Amino acid sequence: MKKLALLMVLAAAPAFAQDYTLGDLTIAHPTSFPSAGMTGAGYLAITNTGDVSDRLLAVTADFPRVELHESRMDDDGMMRMEQQDFIEIAPGETVALQPGGLHVMFVGLPDALEVGAEIPATLQFENAGEIDIAFEVKDRPAEGEFMDHGKMDHN
Amino acid sequence: MMRWILPSAAAVAVLVAGGFAWTTYFAGGDLSECTAGAVAGGAIGGPFTLTDETGREVTDAEVITKPTLVYFGYTFCPDVCPIDTQRTGLAVDLLEEQGYDVGSLFISVDPDRDTPEVLANFTDNFHERMVGLTGTREQIDAAARAYKVAYTIGDQSDEYYLVDHTVQTYLMMPEEGFIDFFRRETSAEDMAARTACVLDALS
Repeated sequence: MKKLALLMVLAAAPAFAQDYTLGDLTIAHPTSFPSAGMTGAGYLAITNTGDVSDRLLAVTADFPRVELHESRMDDDGMMRMEQQDFIEIAPGETVALQPGGLHVMFVGLPDALEVGAEIPATLQFENAGEIDIAFEVKDRPAEGEFMDHGKMDHN
Repeated sequence: MMRWILPSAAAVAVLVAGGFAWTTYFAGGDLSECTAGAVAGGAIGGPFTLTDETGREVTDAEVITKPTLVYFGYTFCPDVCPIDTQRTGLAVDLLEEQGYDVGSLFISVDPDRDTPEVLANFTDNFHERMVGLTGTREQIDAAARAYKVAYTIGDQSDEYYLVDHTVQTYLMMPEEGFIDFFRRETSAEDMAARTACVLDALS
């Protein structure tokens, strides 16, 4: 099986994914889950502690395509993924990219994402600029646990 | 954008909206205590012929030999399908712990990319006994129509096209056919509890 050197940077598997700060923005727990198909999803939370709105304009990573998407159930019962031109983070707000909603879509994976791998990526914001981060590939949690994890609330 | 849609979308909308309550009775017992899904608009399920993840052609009767959770999706789907499919795998495990033998099927609505091998790889991530099914477009259309599933394949001139699809999971029985459906908000625990309730009522 073909191994992607960039993806196979094994992490020391810390209990919580790393948080990052860029100006007034805090980027929390960039996470991905093992994938068996040609696509994967990236999740994280962005908090804007500043006074002005900012926008996540793009995410780049070493895949043929990386897009911002939102999974949304339409009134007719169809689940659709809609590409987002940007994701707005208003002052004082936290925007969560989480399973079943907003997410980063990694497209054209040459190999499966495996637990322990890291996906190096760059986030591009309209005001705050760019920051290099890494999505940590973790075991897929049972439903509903992802955000609890983010809040460190294990009720 | 070139779009393609099954005529059953309206029926699914009715199903999802749950226009009026449907009480399900079978010879074995009253299931109304078990089934939370409000169903309208006629029978769900029926005959299909598809290809399983080993490449073998199979009929509905050959793959629904016990209570079975049935979902339509596609493996290229990065967000929703893995979540829903993992939930079903967890429900099957919960039921097994309680002594119930329940199967699960993942029927592809993306036959051009979902070969038996791709499906086998995908389903193995969520449950070792989950069976992936694919087929010709005509075979999948027939199965989708029978299950009141709607899907729309995106512009296939883009190799990374997306597929919109309905995301209910159906509880089917070999004899009784359709029993209940689960929305994607339903937890693995609730799915297992409602399924166990039905199996107890029918036993």
